Amino acid sequence: MKINREEVAHVARLARLSLQPAELDALTGQMDAILDYVEKLKELETEQIVPTAHAVPMENAFRPDQVRPSIGVEKALQNAPEKDGSCFKVPKVIE
Amino acid sequence: MQLEKITIAQLRQQLAAGEFTSVELTRAFLSRIRATNDQINSVITLCEKEALAQATAADARIAAGEAAPLTGIPLAVKDIFNVAGVRTTCGSKILANYISPYDATAVAKLREQGAVILGKLNMDEFAMGSSNENSAAGPVRNPWDLQRVPGGSSGGSAAAIAAGQALATLGTDTGGSIRQPASHCGVVGLKPTYGRVSRYGVIAYASSLDQVGPLARNVEDCALLLGGIADYDPADSTSVDTPAPDYLAHLKDGVRGKKIGLPKEYFIAGLDPEVKSAVDAAVLTYQQLGAEIIEVSLPHTDYAVACYYLIATAEASSNLARYDGVRFGVRQDQGEGLIGMYQQTRAAGFGDEVKRRIMLGTYALSSGYYDAYYLKAQKVRTLIRQDFLDAFGQVDLLLTPVAPTPAFKIGEKVNDPLQMYLSDIFTIPVNLAGTCGLSLPCGFSGDGLPIGLQLIGKPFAEGEILQVAWAFENATEFGGKLAPL
Repeated sequence: MKINREEVAHVARLARLSLQPAELDALTGQMDAILDYVEKLKELETEQIVPTAHAVPMENAFRPDQVRPSIGVEKALQNAPEKDGSCFKVPKVIE
Repeated sequence: MQLEKITIAQLRQQLAAGEFTSVELTRAFLSRIRATNDQINSVITLCEKEALAQATAADARIAAGEAAPLTGIPLAVKDIFNVAGVRTTCGSKILANYISPYDATAVAKLREQGAVILGKLNMDEFAMGSSNENSAAGPVRNPWDLQRVPGGSSGGSAAAIAAGQALATLGTDTGGSIRQPASHCGVVGLKPTYGRVSRYGVIAYASSLDQVGPLARNVEDCALLLGGIADYDPADSTSVDTPAPDYLAHLKDGVRGKKIGLPKEYFIAGLDPEVKSAVDAAVLTYQQLGAEIIEVSLPHTDYAVACYYLIATAEASSNLARYDGVRFGVRQDQGEGLIGMYQQTRAAGFGDEVKRRIMLGTYALSSGYYDAYYLKAQKVRTLIRQDFLDAFGQVDLLLTPVAPTPAFKIGEKVNDPLQMYLSDIFTIPVNLAGTCGLSLPCGFSGDGLPIGLQLIGKPFAEGEILQVAWAFENATEFGGKLAPL
């Protein structure tokens, strides 16, 4: 068993996903099979290999630190599920 | 309007000569979409009003002699591209009500040229899938056989062309999502080198793998569309600051003397015999055209799927964290506080495949597992990339199948995610290596299903693989076919 139901529930909390019990069961089985499959990477000796984060040789792409026009408050709020003035409105964060 | 064998350049000439207008052309395509969309479900949002306005403007521009290569040409884009003022769903319930406040750069470039954007095309949710069965808008059906998948995730982008709904389309490719549906639908599809086309305004799946690319009915149109979108973009810090060449300049130069490598790991036992025989026949055609065929090896091929499904899912888990009901999209708030809102919004808004990949990615990045999974996969990625660079030391490009089988039946693989993942074996390595790959039609199965072949080029050698593709298309009769829908 590469992963059990409890560990899957923990990952779901990390991922901010609420899962139904049936989903949790199905996911546990599927993740277990997939994690079992990716074990094959262990066959490769990679101790001295430099990881690739970026496939094309490139260094940090910076621009001058100058203020430029952005999308604007009106457009930014256009799709807001709930808004108040120039703010996105969400459930209370601090009790 | 007989459009099957015509190129965009020829259409442009006809438009310039006043044989018909862009408005007439656009109406014809809008009509076609309305007549066929119930059968294939490739279009999520039809932009009829906007398209006709664009066509009208295009006609004025053509009359004034100020047309660009794509002026007045009816295209469509995958619903992963932000198109200002238009609903962009990314195939997901969570964005069902999202109206783009801006254009993706690739879309802005099409607008600049005066192209006509007919609509937003169906896709696997958040580009996660190989069959276009994972869409909140329902599956897309392959125009060649309505019981079969068109491939994915750019299923709508490929099916729309095969059904005559658009002349060319834009898709995205993270593990094969342009090339594989192109192969299953009998059209040409190109994944450029990472960084060649701007990803600004393209909803992100896996940021180190995603790439925007063209799909078209023939190689020349594909080259033309690539030329329209390939450019440095300061808004995408992963876009390369190298000017794009003229992809049409050497398109018809032929393949005499080209060294084409056949990676032996791609011609293995599990390959469908009809796919094998179509690709073998293509190899012979290339020999007859004067290319030299050399066997090469990409020894780490077998590890590519595992590597991809750790890197892509890890990056996806990060990219999809933004779908939390706060700033956009559909919110589910049942009064259980902020975190409750996040959990319920995401549970209700995401489909099963997306949840699965978010979960895998979260796990691979989590404390205690990061080294064993994500970091390990990144190291294996180095080995896979090096395989390609080594091979390119011996040959100019590689020729492989695109998919192990022709299009499978709808529902056939939905219950076995791992089986679905394994079918991406030939396309995934190209994204991991960051280089370019093209799929073009090379045959049909006994059941009349399209079979494609893949050409993999050196980084930034899109012009070369287009040239090699054109030579094959020109010497054979497989290209430019529309499905008998």
